[in-house]
Amino acid sequence: MRGTNLAAIYVLWLREMKRYARSRSRIVSTLALPFLFLVGFWYGFRSIQLPGVGGGVDYLQFLVPGIVGMTMLFSASFGGISVIFDRQFGFLKEILMTPVDRVSIALGRVVGSTTTAVIQGVLILVISVVIGFRPVSWLGLVPALVYMVLIGATFIGLGLLFASRVNDFQAFNLIFNFILFPLLFLSGAIYPVTNFPTVVTYLTYANPLTYGIDGLRAVLVGRSMFPAALDLAVIAGFAIAFVLLGAYAFEGSDAV
Amino acid sequence: MPATSAIEVDGITKEFDEVTALDDVSFAIGRGELFGLLGPNGAGKSTLIHVLSTLVAPTAGTAVVDGHSVRDDRGGVRESIGVVFQEPALDEELTARENLAFHAVMYGMGRAERDERIDAVLSLVELDDRADDLVKTYSGGMKRRLEIARGLVHQPAVLFLDEPTLGLDAQTRRHIWKYIRQLNREVGVTIILTTHYMEEADVLCDRIGVIDGGRLIELGTPAALKDRVGGDVVTVGVEGDRDAFRDRLAGYDWIGGVEEVDGAFRLTVDDGSRRVPTLFRDTENLDCDITSVEMREPSLEDVFLDLTGHGIREEEAENRMERFVRMRRAR
Repeated sequence: MRGTNLAAIYVLWLREMKRYARSRSRIVSTLALPFLFLVGFWYGFRSIQLPGVGGGVDYLQFLVPGIVGMTMLFSASFGGISVIFDRQFGFLKEILMTPVDRVSIALGRVVGSTTTAVIQGVLILVISVVIGFRPVSWLGLVPALVYMVLIGATFIGLGLLFASRVNDFQAFNLIFNFILFPLLFLSGAIYPVTNFPTVVTYLTYANPLTYGIDGLRAVLVGRSMFPAALDLAVIAGFAIAFVLLGAYAFEGSDAV
Repeated sequence: MPATSAIEVDGITKEFDEVTALDDVSFAIGRGELFGLLGPNGAGKSTLIHVLSTLVAPTAGTAVVDGHSVRDDRGGVRESIGVVFQEPALDEELTARENLAFHAVMYGMGRAERDERIDAVLSLVELDDRADDLVKTYSGGMKRRLEIARGLVHQPAVLFLDEPTLGLDAQTRRHIWKYIRQLNREVGVTIILTTHYMEEADVLCDRIGVIDGGRLIELGTPAALKDRVGGDVVTVGVEGDRDAFRDRLAGYDWIGGVEEVDGAFRLTVDDGSRRVPTLFRDTENLDCDITSVEMREPSLEDVFLDLTGHGIREEEAENRMERFVRMRRAR
């Protein structure tokens, strides 16, 4: 990347941190949905042995990495897409008016939103531990953080891509209903994807979130569809590709 | 480029789809000047600001801002200008100081310089005591002042103000005028502002460019523009045989122009105070009554009417419609 501006990336990150810390309603509202999913599915399915979960694995153990992935998916996409809000409220013009190059501006957004998404993911993990989740090894939390960062970066890139093409708020709901929820249900977050018909299984293989959540399961629960190294390689590849695509799209988008 | 020019605009044209927003606009602004672009909404003022501040590329022509071309040296232009947009562009979840600090870092300023400049601009617009409050608690006038302050943080050579007092009440407007004049005189920054308020252009600006339908149609000091109207403006209300009255007016060589506005005759008259009695005497035997007479020095409103054949207000509604159509087309 030619001459990225570290000071600018830092101050864009700082802005997101300040906004996040000051907006308690945003923290609660973006945690509410994953929390409801966590509690709802856990109580509903806990006494059923789902095929594919793996013998001896409690459903809560299976579900928690999925819900952490879901939290990452939603808050990261929101972070990328919130460029639309900045455009609507005029602040994007102030940002784009400065001499800072657009790639640095996009990277500042990626770094800032990844941080807030990871904080959200960690909060959900903490809540999970409170209600009874136990990772196979507490050391597994370290690689789990790496997976969370990669899931976050992937979907912020995707969000930026959309925000650069779409200008109005209406698209917002559309994206949640027709992109985020399908991504969630086709990722094995809530039930094993091995139960799907073959054709649908292929879709799950094309979904970045599948590898992110599978990786989280590998390091937190000790069970996974794919080897953890494969999960890591694939989600890292998606993360790099989407961040570049998002930054590229943002560079070519309109300021006004 | 002569060192006296802050901005040189050379044949700028900007087309959006089928709409020509700017049509071959050329002019120059001197250093330290307080220059106004006057025209109705939709005349192309904001587009010109967007072109000069490198947010939008011109379709044809070029412009040089503080020695930097808006075509080839966008970075250079951006370093040398401050911009206050028509719509607010503040982060309301941050404090005033945080908004300014964000701006300063984006312009590559170090901590010591940053703190010093932020304190300086805050006291300039008298917001020091509210500097650490969230911007969402600010009034409209305070937000405007903060934006003006922000435009100055990085010490630009040229400051753009797009409709700086739009939507503010009369008292706040006067307050903002005070700051703008002060900036220009004391800080010495070249200011180019757009406005559709005649009074604003008249009171504030050293020189005014009148813009209408994307074209720059006149340029000069407020006094020179008013002289251009040639004499006093006499508005005469008439009832009865208006045609006879109109015919009689046509016989006078001391009447520069006749326009009928809202049922009254608006005359441009040399040395009006001496001529009005003549007007009464000569029309006494006509089958009409003069119901009112008003005489005043020409205002910029008259200049605009004289130049374009329409008032700045009636154009407003029309252009809003046009913009609406353009917006729908853009979807």
